[in-house]
Amino acid sequence: MKEQPSATRRQMLAAAGGLGLVLIVRPAQAQLQANPAALNAAIRQVTGGARLNKGRVHLDVPPLSENGNTVALGVSVDSPMTPEDHVKAIHVFSEKNPQPNIVSVRLGPRAGKAGITTRMRLADTQTITAVAELSDGSFWTETGHVIITLGACLEDVI
Amino acid sequence: MARALINVPAKARKGDVIEIKTLISHVMESGFRRTQTGEAIPRDIVTAFACTYNGEEIFAAQLYPAISANPFITFHTVATESGTFEFKWTGDNGFAATETAKIVVE
Repeated sequence: MKEQPSATRRQMLAAAGGLGLVLIVRPAQAQLQANPAALNAAIRQVTGGARLNKGRVHLDVPPLSENGNTVALGVSVDSPMTPEDHVKAIHVFSEKNPQPNIVSVRLGPRAGKAGITTRMRLADTQTITAVAELSDGSFWTETGHVIITLGACLEDVI
Repeated sequence: MARALINVPAKARKGDVIEIKTLISHVMESGFRRTQTGEAIPRDIVTAFACTYNGEEIFAAQLYPAISANPFITFHTVATESGTFEFKWTGDNGFAATETAKIVVE
């Protein structure tokens, strides 16, 4: 009978130790590494190595999002959207998602305004890059940083 | 048939820039998730979206797994003439959905 409480205490300590280990290990798993090589390769694929100019693009992302599964994303470009001078395409990239591409859209002078919104998934706190391709062949870019409390892709499926 | 929600203004003045909002119900399974037994869940996403205005394409989007479930997309167009918008989504496993909306331009 005397053994019983001590065995329970041992189990309790072991369980507590295991819990501590889990708490230490979890954040290490959640911290994803940025993958600049994949990001640059994806950007080069749309620009063909052309120079990226900073500006003209406005990236509208929340500074902090609690849920990485739905993060609002808005991109607009300063452009008169005439047949001579318009935005041909907008591409959005992520640096820490398993795949760098988020969305690519094709626009034309009939759009009237180069502005789109959608919702994206983000695996972790990271910088988002938007690239706009103009009809004169130039590329413009803007980046925005989003802090994610709970990332997408990590939850278990039951 | 997946449920789609479209928001297009019923009336517009000629030359106005109008906003079009679209949403389609879809799981957008990314293909990067695993079950508890470790098996990868195959990708099942909407890969492309296109909008035509009286038969002419005005907007197209290529979607990736990083787009949230139930893809919501908004964009703009110039109201040029009365007619119909046709929205088309295509995706993995032969997913296809179309929806139309009418507009009166004065």
